[in-house]
Amino acid sequence: MPGFDVSVYRFLRPLVLLLALALSIVATSPSQAGSFEDAVGLFANDSFADTEEAINALAGSGNPLAYPIISALQDGRLIADPATRKVYIKQVDGKVLDAATGAVVTTDVGSLDGVRLNNRLRRAVEAAVSSLTLLSPDPAKRTQAALQVFKTHDAADLAAVESALQKETNGAAKQAFAAARAAIVLFQPDASDTSKVEAIATIKARGDQEALALLSALPADTSAAVQRTAQSAIGAIQNQLAVWSAAQNAWYGISLGSVLLLAAIGLAITFGVMGVINMAHGEMVMLGAYTTFVVQELIRTRYPGLFDYSLLIAVPLAFAVAGLIGILIERSIIRFLYGRPLETLLATWGISLVLQQAVRTMFGPTNREVGNPSWMSGAFEIGQLTITYNRLWIVCFTLAVFAILLAMLRYTSLGLEMRAVTQNRRMAAAMGIATSRVDALTFGLGSGIAGIAGVALSQIDNVSPNLGQSYIIDSFMVVVFGGVGNLWGTLVGALTLGIANKFLEPVAGAVLGKIAILVMIILFIQKRPRGLFALRGRSVEA
Amino acid sequence: MSYLLTRSLNKSATAFLLVVAAVGIVLPLLNLLLPESSPLQVPTYLISLFGKYLCYAILALSIDLIWGYCGILSLGHGAFFALGGYAMGMYLMRQIGGRGVYGNPLLPDFMVFLNWKALPWYWYGFDMFWFAALMVVLVPGVLAFSFGWLAFRSRVTGVYLSIITQAMTYALLLAFFRNDFGFGGNNGLTDFKDILGFNVQAPGTRAVLFALSCAALMLAFAICRTVVSSKLGKVLIAVRDAESRTRFLGYRVESYKLFVFTLSACMAGVAGALYVPQVGIINPSEFAPGNSIEAVIWVAVGGRGTLIGAVLGAIAVNYAKTVFTSGLLAPYWLFMLGALFILVTLLLPRGIVGTVQSWFEQRRPSGVAEAEASAEREDGVAATPKPAE
Repeated sequence: MPGFDVSVYRFLRPLVLLLALALSIVATSPSQAGSFEDAVGLFANDSFADTEEAINALAGSGNPLAYPIISALQDGRLIADPATRKVYIKQVDGKVLDAATGAVVTTDVGSLDGVRLNNRLRRAVEAAVSSLTLLSPDPAKRTQAALQVFKTHDAADLAAVESALQKETNGAAKQAFAAARAAIVLFQPDASDTSKVEAIATIKARGDQEALALLSALPADTSAAVQRTAQSAIGAIQNQLAVWSAAQNAWYGISLGSVLLLAAIGLAITFGVMGVINMAHGEMVMLGAYTTFVVQELIRTRYPGLFDYSLLIAVPLAFAVAGLIGILIERSIIRFLYGRPLETLLATWGISLVLQQAVRTMFGPTNREVGNPSWMSGAFEIGQLTITYNRLWIVCFTLAVFAILLAMLRYTSLGLEMRAVTQNRRMAAAMGIATSRVDALTFGLGSGIAGIAGVALSQIDNVSPNLGQSYIIDSFMVVVFGGVGNLWGTLVGALTLGIANKFLEPVAGAVLGKIAILVMIILFIQKRPRGLFALRGRSVEA
Repeated sequence: MSYLLTRSLNKSATAFLLVVAAVGIVLPLLNLLLPESSPLQVPTYLISLFGKYLCYAILALSIDLIWGYCGILSLGHGAFFALGGYAMGMYLMRQIGGRGVYGNPLLPDFMVFLNWKALPWYWYGFDMFWFAALMVVLVPGVLAFSFGWLAFRSRVTGVYLSIITQAMTYALLLAFFRNDFGFGGNNGLTDFKDILGFNVQAPGTRAVLFALSCAALMLAFAICRTVVSSKLGKVLIAVRDAESRTRFLGYRVESYKLFVFTLSACMAGVAGALYVPQVGIINPSEFAPGNSIEAVIWVAVGGRGTLIGAVLGAIAVNYAKTVFTSGLLAPYWLFMLGALFILVTLLLPRGIVGTVQSWFEQRRPSGVAEAEASAEREDGVAATPKPAE
């Protein structure tokens, strides 16, 4: 009678869990070893009933090997030898352990089958895993397990959760246990309405998608009062989630905006000061990314210990490489084309083709791998907001570059000369500024900044010869939108476009959102042909 | 009208038209009448290839008209070309009828594949050739008119205009890549069968399409020639060389620009429509910004502001592309194309034809001839570079 089995199991499991809890506090005594080994041996019988018995016994054994065995069973890595009645754990790294003792053995398990599971057993395994992890010494694992219980809200787990809740000292885990307990209470048919309403309040405090799903799945026979409370809680959670998702979109937008800013800022300088549209700007970004790749390759082969510093080393190098190539291009080609902006546009497009093909010839047409240093990988959460470290660092880096550039333009003599040339080239020349030198340095500076943008972009994008092409049109849009000759315009333009893009994406889809942005910019340009922050001047164009 | 035409056709223009006409008659005849064994027989693949070049030449003419004579550098002319091509492609798709892979008499294959039940409204009418032919001119024309009306009226000029035309073609590229946009998505339109009841693949049809391309090129050339040698053309050149001054003299600069921009877009649309049946496919990559810029360089190579130069530049650069991208030199083609962009702008700002023209003018005796020459000259580039803005 399977029904009977289940009810017994349900009745027994809390007891087993309690026992396990007690045992985990009291150290495992040697006398337990025998029954543990017997339980492990049951896996070798190749019978579903025995396997279930073994799972339950292990879940209650409190033995430190119980968790590795059960999780190996879950992943199909638990191997049983029916002939010798030995059970082995095949570890992910290829080592084989004796399940009963935990010792590494050299037995070849290749020819043996894993212990079989059916759906009923899989549920038992999951329950065992969750109850085992409820008592895990690691608070993160406990929280995870509590979340699992929260989702399944199985009444059988109530006792275990309650006792764990009392013992819990870690704040986050305590909250998770409280929510799990509330979830179980809410779904208990015999719980009083007051306790259910209290439970809803606890669940509401979680305020995430899981809580929403749980409250929406309330059984139909719940009393009207509880239903009403649940409805208002759902409304509150939905509002809260909407705020969080707006915050998340804003963050994505800021992140995209900072990438755009980084890519466009060099363009804004060259365009602003020299009136030169540099179509090869994207290729400078690409050169920066490839510089990062070369630096990382060298570090990987020569000094592996320095890997975490690879980006710090790459930034000045990328600036130098891209800047020098920029100066070279300015001196050899662009300076002959001043005053002919359309021809400059074509010539720099030619340069971009040559640079792309050169990189393709040297490094191959495929993507090259650039790694994240350890301090740039991973993510953390604030409320419902997930922030990855690489995006965070890129935002910080962009702001730093922006601030340095702003300071440079304001406080250095080169900055002064650059501003003078931007405002009135002839007058600046008359005052003794070597405008052609300023042009070369400006172009070098713009290209160098594109190079360090490449270092940052190598962390979030594919490093391929086409890297620059994917940013060039967006960068133009930023510069045109923000207006030339004013870095603040570029900042506002980049962030506006980034945030607008990310808010449109969930509504219209990524591609349509992008098209909408392009159309909006085209229309915007009609209204303000010189961008958001146009320089005011008296000059009528030629 | 005939007066306008005769006045606009000087010696070299007439010679050019005669050469194109001769090519348009002789090559198809050599292809169709001679047996394959004959050394003079022109293979069908060459007819298609040259037909493609002719379409590019019409596109180059349309760019030269606005860039060479009015100073508008459009980096999005490939969009008008592709729109014309799509209009023709839609007609050709409707002609497939029940012969597609899925055998649906009404819906093109890709719509059946996407599980669409009915033809979208914007596909109505494309089963009729006259409607498609109208759309070939109308769709690029209306787009160019509305785009130009917005842009020129708010005095968006120079590189700003170039960049937003590029954004326009980029936006269209993204849109046409989408499956639910209803134009075949990534794969575009292909597998054409018939045009006006003739098999698209047949040598006879190809030869006729080639001859038609020649005729279209002649017509486009004659129109451009008429425009640039009329009073209107003089105003356009004035706009190119000194826009503000022309405006201060009382001309409505934006109207002139709008007219010539729209005309040019219609020509590009016709070029695209002739291109599609000869190439057998139209897909969104035709909208790629790179294509439009490449078309500009054809004009620059041949000589901007010289109509013949635009045609020769388009044919020469594309012939070089065919030769170099098919052999051992394929990896170096982009180097060559890049170098072409740089060297032409640096060393040959007048392009090949422009340079040759000015060379001849210098050798001609001074006096009356000089005055006559400078009046007639198709000067591509302002003699002195414009001062920086």
